[in-house]
Amino acid sequence: MEEKMKLQPEDFQALEVTTELDAEKIAAPSLTFTQDAWRRLKKNKGAVISLFIVLIMIVLSFGSTPFVNRDTLVKSQPQYANLPSKIPGVNINGLNGKAEVGGVWVDKYAQAGVPKDKYFIFGTDYLGRSLGQRILYGTKISLIVALVATFFDLTIGVTYGIVSGWKGGRTDNVMQRIIEVISSVPSLVIVVLMLVVFKPGIGSIILAIAISSWTTMARMIRAETLQLKSQEYVLAARTLGESPTKIAWKHLVPNLSSIIIIQTMYTIPNAIFFEAFLSFIGIGISAPETSLGVLLNEGQKNFQFLPYQMWYPAIVLCVLMISFNLLGDGLRDAFDPKTRR
Amino acid sequence: MKKYLLKRVFYMALTLFLVATITFFLMKLMPGTPYSNQEKMSPEQIAIMNQQYGLDKPIWMQYLLYMGGMLHGDLGTSFQFSNQPVSYLISSRIGASAQLGIQAMIFGIFFGIIFGSIAAINRNTWVDTSVTVLSIIGKSVPNFVLAVLLQYYIALKLGWFPIADWDGFAYTILPTIALGVGPLAETSRFMRTGMVDVLNSDYIELAKAKGLSKFQIVYHHALRNSLIPLVTLIGPYTVALMTGSMVIENIFSIPGIGEQFVKSILTNDYPTIMGVTMLYSAGLVAVILLTDIIYGIIDPRIRLAGNGD
Repeated sequence: MEEKMKLQPEDFQALEVTTELDAEKIAAPSLTFTQDAWRRLKKNKGAVISLFIVLIMIVLSFGSTPFVNRDTLVKSQPQYANLPSKIPGVNINGLNGKAEVGGVWVDKYAQAGVPKDKYFIFGTDYLGRSLGQRILYGTKISLIVALVATFFDLTIGVTYGIVSGWKGGRTDNVMQRIIEVISSVPSLVIVVLMLVVFKPGIGSIILAIAISSWTTMARMIRAETLQLKSQEYVLAARTLGESPTKIAWKHLVPNLSSIIIIQTMYTIPNAIFFEAFLSFIGIGISAPETSLGVLLNEGQKNFQFLPYQMWYPAIVLCVLMISFNLLGDGLRDAFDPKTRR
Repeated sequence: MKKYLLKRVFYMALTLFLVATITFFLMKLMPGTPYSNQEKMSPEQIAIMNQQYGLDKPIWMQYLLYMGGMLHGDLGTSFQFSNQPVSYLISSRIGASAQLGIQAMIFGIFFGIIFGSIAAINRNTWVDTSVTVLSIIGKSVPNFVLAVLLQYYIALKLGWFPIADWDGFAYTILPTIALGVGPLAETSRFMRTGMVDVLNSDYIELAKAKGLSKFQIVYHHALRNSLIPLVTLIGPYTVALMTGSMVIENIFSIPGIGEQFVKSILTNDYPTIMGVTMLYSAGLVAVILLTDIIYGIIDPRIRLAGNGD
């Protein structure tokens, strides 16, 4: 496990003393905390690729808003139903508009009378709606859910944790008991109750995830705040009469940033999974809205005959989850090198 | 230790009480009625129905009756299946869910330990890398996607296992795998980190110096100590398995609690929703308490630290 150095007799020769040698000189450029983390992150190939995939997905799904919105989603063209994918210039069976019917590859586009210059890159669903557009929209929903979950993690979770850790004593005790009660209720139950009480839809899903997702963050922030509280610089700030809000904002939050970033990266895949899961079993987002979970549910119904309708959304969802997980691991290693092995 | 336990049990009861109360009042807030064809019924019929389900009494009275009944294991009557007590509905279905959950947990933890240890022993080799990649994939692919793929390709195309239903051990294998892959991936990541830590410690160095074989070192010295932190994962796994069972049981049409829960939500069967909610909360609270106690028993350092609390 330990690296063995190959030492040669020359290595034991004394160095010539030159005048330029300066023991005090710092050879490497001094880096700030963020620069240092960024440098470490860049070395992690998986994380960098994931970062690019996530960025591309964000740009594509949010950039498509003017072209793909609720109006285009409900526009059905039943004559184009269940067309396989057709990509311009590609002539591989399954990707060129042909589908296997009874062992023979048939050009579905010609059968349906689709104009020659019309392509559905990801095919169409059972109502003739472009699957590609629906996947883009679904990805956007997933990303929005992730974004909002992060927002609540940051606002409720971080604030709650800092207040609890900072105040200490009885306040801390009561606040921790509340967290204990909330986190011993399965988040599934909270989510389901929310969805039963409010109308299923993106609003209630987001609310439900918001209520159940912040407790882990609050716990970690509290534990760290307890330690930071006794640091000299915090003591100095207190002695100078700085207000607690300002101490929290200027001294605690910057020092908590690595935990915050790492924990956020765990919340995001969870939130995306939860939305897809709820929509898949039919208690989350429902028509006319769509999401990756809804698409998977629709695709699963005729997976045997039209496998692409499930495969495409499944691949997009898996790629999204893998990217966020890899990025999360990369960020953890970058911001907290101690845990790296 | 006794005082600590008593305190824990008290908070457990408090949690369950709060869950029951909140669930009850949320369900009472709900608009609509449990009767599917209310327009066709006369007011007298509705009154009779309300009386039968105890809905004619004031809400506080219903609450007290509900809470009192729960102490005796009476969770009310299902709206969906006429005259079926919720407790019967649950008890007739809990077997399948429990079996599936326990099998998935054992499958995930057992193979997770093996994969994680192998990765740690062969650290920074291709074995380690492939285990890491597989565990990232296992963690990222949603279990319902995996379940559909397994069902189609392994059960339907290859015909190795039955496609759906619940009728013997062969029927349990695919759902167990689909449900257990998440815990497996998590365990193997966790195990790898823990094992690497332990393998770098002094007593492993001593064992090596004694001339023990690699297997003996790993099996007798490293494995036991890296297993301890795994206990803390059982709580989160329970939650994941409960969540997962809702969709896996649906896909493989297993007559379990999760499948019933989804049905109840879709049909607004409030008493059953409340009953299953209570069951899930009680299950999780019990598991958390149990793992805390086990953790104290197997790791004396925790017990000593806990005494000062």
